Amino acid sequence: MRSLFGPRPLLPGFRLSLGCAVLYLSLLVLLPLSGLVFKASQLSLAAFWEIASGERALASYRVTFGASLLAASINTVFGLIVAWVLVRYSFPGKRLIDALVDLPFALPTAVAGITLATLYAGNGWIGRYLEPLGFKIAFAPPGIVVALTFIGLPFVVRTLQPVIEDIEPEVEEAAASLGASRLQTFVRVLWPALLPALLTGFTLAFSRSIGEYGSVIFIAGNMPLISEITPLLIISKLEQYDVVGATALAVVMLFISFVMLFVVNGLQWWAATRHGARAADGALR
Amino acid sequence: MSRFIRQWCATLALGLCALPVLAELSLLNVSYDVARDFYKDYNPMFQKHWKALSGESVELKQSHAGSSKQVRAVADGLEADVVTMNQASDVDFLAEKGLVAKDYAKRFPNNASPYTSTMVFIVRKGNPKAIRDWPDLVKPGVQVILPHPKNTGNGRYTYLAAWGFALGQSGGNERTAQEFVARLLQNAPLFAAGGRDATTTFMQRRIGDVLVSFESEAELIAREFGKGEFTVVYPSLSILTEFPVAIVNPVVDKKGTRKLAQAYLEYLWSPAGQENAAQNYLRPRSPEILKKYAEQFPPVRTFTVDEVFGGWSKAFPAHFKDGGSFDQIYLKK
Repeated sequence: MRSLFGPRPLLPGFRLSLGCAVLYLSLLVLLPLSGLVFKASQLSLAAFWEIASGERALASYRVTFGASLLAASINTVFGLIVAWVLVRYSFPGKRLIDALVDLPFALPTAVAGITLATLYAGNGWIGRYLEPLGFKIAFAPPGIVVALTFIGLPFVVRTLQPVIEDIEPEVEEAAASLGASRLQTFVRVLWPALLPALLTGFTLAFSRSIGEYGSVIFIAGNMPLISEITPLLIISKLEQYDVVGATALAVVMLFISFVMLFVVNGLQWWAATRHGARAADGALR
Repeated sequence: MSRFIRQWCATLALGLCALPVLAELSLLNVSYDVARDFYKDYNPMFQKHWKALSGESVELKQSHAGSSKQVRAVADGLEADVVTMNQASDVDFLAEKGLVAKDYAKRFPNNASPYTSTMVFIVRKGNPKAIRDWPDLVKPGVQVILPHPKNTGNGRYTYLAAWGFALGQSGGNERTAQEFVARLLQNAPLFAAGGRDATTTFMQRRIGDVLVSFESEAELIAREFGKGEFTVVYPSLSILTEFPVAIVNPVVDKKGTRKLAQAYLEYLWSPAGQENAAQNYLRPRSPEILKKYAEQFPPVRTFTVDEVFGGWSKAFPAHFKDGGSFDQIYLKK
């Protein structure tokens, strides 16, 4: 697609569509975000810092970003396997499983949270076997990871599927016929093609997890300093009618997320260009 | 096609004409989450009453959600004629914004709270841990289930109830009260997201030995899980929870619904309204109706937030704002 823009930057409708895109993004993203920053800027720097670096706030960043990272990593590994299986093999019930992947998108998050809490509680279908072994999932930090893993799964799978579909089996066959071992084929041929999409999927799942409130709240246990996520502290501020304080925490989250996304995007760019130098990859991007 | 458009325009025009008429006769009641059942019964009663009184039929609209969320929506412009809340601090916020009268609590009888409830203990069948009173909740090995004390109305009432009890003991002071509450919170394995979530955790997931909740919730639990599954224990002293109602002045002035709104809220104190409260397991203010339902409401010694804490406007910042007594328990800096 991108190559189309190369020789003919003035494709018909360029200005109109760019205008639409900018307006749309401004209304939906830029305006609320600048409102947020504007509201938070009512605080003095000292007051802002006090809210942003409070003991509870710091603990909640650790919980939120730690659990999100872990959940996104789990999803990256298992999402890759799911996507691979769904694209490369055919088996009975494949369409059903394919549809199941989207379920976390559609399910109201509160429903997901309550269901997961019931499953992983001490008397739940799963919790009853894990708790005697010493694994406390529901109402403890691992519960947060479980909820975030659930909501993040479709992002990785749906990002990877089209990319895997684009990798022709012939490419692997060619590698094999040129004498590459299976491991070499994976590391040198498949991995470079998958990496950018894998990073995108990771990023999407990660950013979705950071802001998640509805499902986590029912499984976390919400103990101060242990299992409080930052969105809960924001709600707590709102409960005190402290809108400005709430926006201060939101701005901190936004900033940390932005930095992390920036780093991941940088990695992605690096991965794409490094392998983009090789001819095969350009087509896949 | 053009006929279709013409018809459609005609409908629209008719609809627009009808709109002001409809608007005059509608009333929006913005309320807290679990008041749904109460107003589902109350609204048809009032409609009948208003029809008999004035000959007008009135459309009553309800909105239910977490009470501070609701209040923020009203402050942000949700056109509520009346608010019916479960905690004075929420109505205080609207008073501060000039949306309800500063002395809203005096505009109706009984602190503008047509019914009350109190915090009780719900324990497992046969009360295996022998829980009788607040001190039993701080014993080692007892697990207490309650919603988040800082973020939910239900949890805040529980917190203040325990605090008030400890204050009332001989030699009780702010320090001993905080220690007592800290020990109670240590026995909480989790803080539920809300009142109903706490109930689910206790009854369905079978976590904890005692659930602290509104007396009115106990009946709901009985309906859902069966009466034999649990026992309600009344502590020796608990908190009286009030449910203030108020008229939103700018809205009723703009819509011209002041008389209707006034009548709507006043009718809550009528025998029929009071009876409806009792049937929803909320303690009616009317002594006669309370007597009639005496079996359902055993006598219980209570204190109000005003008596012990000097009102919500003092209790909220002292305990639930950032850096308040709740935070102090957890943040030992």
